[in-house]
Amino acid sequence: MLVEMIFLGRGGQGGVTASNILVQAAIYDSKYGQSFPFFGAERRGAPVTAYARISDRPILKHGMFSEADVLVVLDESLLELGVAKRYTIRDGGFLIVNTARSDVSKDYLSLRGRALVYAVNATKVAKELGLVIAGWPLVNTPMLGALVAATGIVSLSSVEKAIIDYFGEKTGGRNVEAVKKAYSETTRIGEV
Amino acid sequence: MVLKIALTGNHAISYAVKLAKPEVIAAYPITPQTTIVEKLAEMIESGELKSRMIRVESEHSALAACFGAAVAGARAFTATSSQGLLYMHEFVHWVSRARAPLVMAIVSRTINTPWNIWPDHSDFVDQRDAGWVMAYAMDNQEAFDLTLQAFKIGEDPRVYLPVMLGIEGFILGHTTMPVEIPDEDLVDQWLGERRQPYVIDGSEPLGLGGLTFPEDTEDMFYAIQEAQESAKKVVREVDEEYGRIFGRSYGGLISCYWCSDAKYIAMAMGAWSGDLIEAVEKLRGEGYPVGVLRVRFYRPFPIEDIWSVVRGVKGIIVFDRAISFGAWGPIYTDLAAGLSLYTSNLPYMANIVAGIAGVNVTSDDFYGIVKSFIDSIEEGRLTRNYFAWVKVRR
Repeated sequence: MLVEMIFLGRGGQGGVTASNILVQAAIYDSKYGQSFPFFGAERRGAPVTAYARISDRPILKHGMFSEADVLVVLDESLLELGVAKRYTIRDGGFLIVNTARSDVSKDYLSLRGRALVYAVNATKVAKELGLVIAGWPLVNTPMLGALVAATGIVSLSSVEKAIIDYFGEKTGGRNVEAVKKAYSETTRIGEV
Repeated sequence: MVLKIALTGNHAISYAVKLAKPEVIAAYPITPQTTIVEKLAEMIESGELKSRMIRVESEHSALAACFGAAVAGARAFTATSSQGLLYMHEFVHWVSRARAPLVMAIVSRTINTPWNIWPDHSDFVDQRDAGWVMAYAMDNQEAFDLTLQAFKIGEDPRVYLPVMLGIEGFILGHTTMPVEIPDEDLVDQWLGERRQPYVIDGSEPLGLGGLTFPEDTEDMFYAIQEAQESAKKVVREVDEEYGRIFGRSYGGLISCYWCSDAKYIAMAMGAWSGDLIEAVEKLRGEGYPVGVLRVRFYRPFPIEDIWSVVRGVKGIIVFDRAISFGAWGPIYTDLAAGLSLYTSNLPYMANIVAGIAGVNVTSDDFYGIVKSFIDSIEEGRLTRNYFAWVKVRR
């Protein structure tokens, strides 16, 4: 079954990297993956969208999509600013948000039906583990932990392995800690 | 040992180049190509790849440097996009007309102006008449495989021509997908030593590019046309051989999906063929007798292979991601010209130009367009062939 995901964040948060790591994790799980960023005039701080597809059969299509099974929001201000509303979550889909709050208003979302909402304070997790570059907490790997906790789309061990591949043992180790921590701290805060 | 890793299309090409072990790489950065040569530069820096990277001041010089290296006996590689390719164009002809085998990756990006970094095939097809063997991949694995095969095909004595390998920028270039990397020793054995028609290394005097009278020049150009003909056979052979050794064959100059019993054929080249295949799979599920013919090699144009598939079909719809302003899509133009040599009884034909300047075309779009083409014929509504520039707007 094909699952389509959108990572919505800001330039510098690592959303594109997260989507790439996810593909390697899918390979370790003997699945097929595809990820790609939307390329425009990206710069640090501007909204950035990355796309991912995971399937149990080869993925042939490449077209961009604005309707997804999973929407991962790396920066909650993008909800209030109406950016997240540009993307529609499919019926039975997931919203996963980096937030300390325990509710998300339906007004900020575009929904095809019902969706489960999961939250994790990925910013706190990143800061605790010293994953900060130029003042930006790198919330991408914690959000991968949340994605696994919420959807189980890939296994936690495969994500950890893919992270070590990507960052090497030293930096990767701290990111793996972040993934585990975020995984255990992710909570389902409701259904919209 | 075969390694399966997540790579962007650009990096898939870098890894294939690494296995082909070119002695010389020269390039000038341009989006969206840059990460190919960046990765190669990293490999050279780390000692994984023993190549000489020549940094140049322009794309024209990049190809000129590769040309010099190639005629001196070195395996050479470069990559570019869009304006960079146009700036190279003089040397694109130089390289093929001098029969210097080398490999160039084109990471397609539309042509200025206005400034636009997104892909269509306009830069690639613009090189059509130069005499290069020209291939276009559908996914990252094929980009990898075709890059390796490009060296083998171009250096075959029956061909001795440069080979151009295209992928769309971003759609493949910056998209991460699984890629299998074959064993280095197996690749070495299969690819073998560099072969070329002549070497200028000072050991014996050889003139290149001197004044040549019309009849002799024409003979040399005729030989390129013959080499293009031979390349068809070589491409098929290399594809089969590669399949036997590395486990992946694509069908040679074209790839076909559900073609054997098809009454209708949809044709395309490049990454969006994947979206088309998924659309046609859905149509097949609804009982539509349609297949997909994917153009893998644009030069030599595989008209014999196409004819063997489309002979007797009721309709052909051709998707072009480029436009020859004032005429039609380039693949359609070649197809119509080529088919006219085989039959005076052409099937219904439609040419759809779309996805220009990077406009997103999805599987659903293909589904709608192909379905309406077939329905209009089956319901007797289509009275003449047509050309349409379809602007997808969301």
